Amino acid sequence: MSTIVDTRTTASRIAGVCAVLLLAAAIVAPVFVGRGVIQDLFFILTMLTLAQFWNLLAGYGGLVSVGQHAFVGIGAYTLFGAGLLLGLDPVAALLLCGVVAVVIAVPTAFFAFRLQGAYFAIGTWVVAEVVRLSVAQWQALGGGSGTSLPPTARDFAGTAWVARVLDVRDAAARDIVTYWLALALAVATCAGVYALLRSKRGLALAAVRDNVAAAQAVGVDAQRMKWLVFLIAAFGTGIAGGLIYLQKGRISPDAAFSVTDWTAFVIFIVVIGGIGTIEGPIIGVLVFFALQSLLADYGSTYLIVLGALGVVIMLFAPRGLWGLFAARTGIHLFPVRRRLRRTVPRNTQPPGETHG
Amino acid sequence: MSILSLHNVSRSFGALKVTDDVSFDVPTGQALGIIGPNGAGKSTLFNLITGNLSVDRGTITFDGADVTRTSAMHRCLNGMGRSFQIPQPFGSLTVFENLIVAATHGRGLRERDVADDCADILERTELIDRANDPASSLSLLQRKRLELARAMATQPKLLLLDEIAGGLTEGECRALIQTIRQIHASGVTIIWIEHVLHALNAVVERLLVLDFGRVIGIGDPATIMASREVREIYLGIEV
Repeated sequence: MSTIVDTRTTASRIAGVCAVLLLAAAIVAPVFVGRGVIQDLFFILTMLTLAQFWNLLAGYGGLVSVGQHAFVGIGAYTLFGAGLLLGLDPVAALLLCGVVAVVIAVPTAFFAFRLQGAYFAIGTWVVAEVVRLSVAQWQALGGGSGTSLPPTARDFAGTAWVARVLDVRDAAARDIVTYWLALALAVATCAGVYALLRSKRGLALAAVRDNVAAAQAVGVDAQRMKWLVFLIAAFGTGIAGGLIYLQKGRISPDAAFSVTDWTAFVIFIVVIGGIGTIEGPIIGVLVFFALQSLLADYGSTYLIVLGALGVVIMLFAPRGLWGLFAARTGIHLFPVRRRLRRTVPRNTQPPGETHG
Repeated sequence: MSILSLHNVSRSFGALKVTDDVSFDVPTGQALGIIGPNGAGKSTLFNLITGNLSVDRGTITFDGADVTRTSAMHRCLNGMGRSFQIPQPFGSLTVFENLIVAATHGRGLRERDVADDCADILERTELIDRANDPASSLSLLQRKRLELARAMATQPKLLLLDEIAGGLTEGECRALIQTIRQIHASGVTIIWIEHVLHALNAVVERLLVLDFGRVIGIGDPATIMASREVREIYLGIEV
């Protein structure tokens, strides 16, 4: 065939090699760094996962939800419920967290998809509040004041082995196992979202975002794309929620369904990093973590600075820090653009602009 | 055999009857032109056929199946392709990707199976040199060509063109007519709404005249254009 379609660039090849090296370093990190660093990395990786899913929803699917904390909370409570009431191993229960989140997401979407734009955003938030208030009635899991994972449920799969091999205390071993799980989840999320965007469904998402009527006129099932994105995001967010609270070991409705921690911060990460790119949330979460570390001692001033920075970026760099960088340099680490090259031009004239 | 049949189709917006008891058949392989003054209901009729609007009364049959209640997406999957009067490119995608999304979803195929076809369509519609540029960077003529190319990528049996020659220069128009003629010659049925009558008459074999939502004439273009009723309506905008 004379037609070649390519999405890779030099930058993406280099990025791929770097990602593999970085991943290898991240896997062996617990051998070399202390527990504090592992906990920080856990925080970064789980926030990255949440940000990547919100970016998929809002940046690619055009579904600006401000109720994703519902799925974090549902995941967290599923994990505790499965551990405390059913006696499941928490690591095995993580998958269940995603499944339960999807089960709740179906009626949520059924209701919220009737709403457009800002109404959709508010609708998702309302659903999250309803779920929080309902969970607060669940006395077996501590009601409004919450509960802790008992010591028996804390020795989940792999901790004993890690404690022996790395010669660390049980608490540190738990952090290491949850860190590895967070690493796997974050990598799977980035890779999965990237694969989705590179597929024909990714093109359909972009088409729907650009022009719904035209997308339907060429056979794109716009409604199905919205469902797909919403359910995928709920599944991943639910697992992340379960994992976050497995590491914390203590749960309460107000913390697990916190709109600030699990939605506002996540939106901030995506917006400052660059919405609608895979690189954006990665940059965003690093900036967010740096700001949090720098300003942690200043109390509410920290939130004011965060908000002000968000506003400034939205005004002067609406595509975020990565968008700004990519526009200046033309570099894309996760390119999705398909470039057409014809090795044997059928025209007599060579197609000058088609070599990309 | 008719590929498209409208049977007593009506549609109102409030008290205004925009499509009034319209019935006609389009034989497979024919090129039908639809003309009428501004506000005659041409675009409404067009949107009723493509499924962007739903009918109040009547039935629409396409390729042997009743499609009266099916969505625009399903009509595309059944073999209807359309262009928009005001070009609606997927601006954040490249020209090539605009065709890929249409070909993969409209025909239910994988990307690698449609890449060749899409490249061929880009060559035929003279967009190949812009293949890797964002669709938002195209000129008006190129956007019109993209409308045509994207509809072709879904491999339609019936191609609906909505004022695709409007706003083009004489030379641009001639080139576009050439492309549409080739598409028609390959066996595609065409329904074409157009104000630029000479462009229309260079392609169509049959002409339908619409006024106040009603069909006031259908038949051979020369006979229709010569009829008194049509001349009266068209006096002033006849080219």
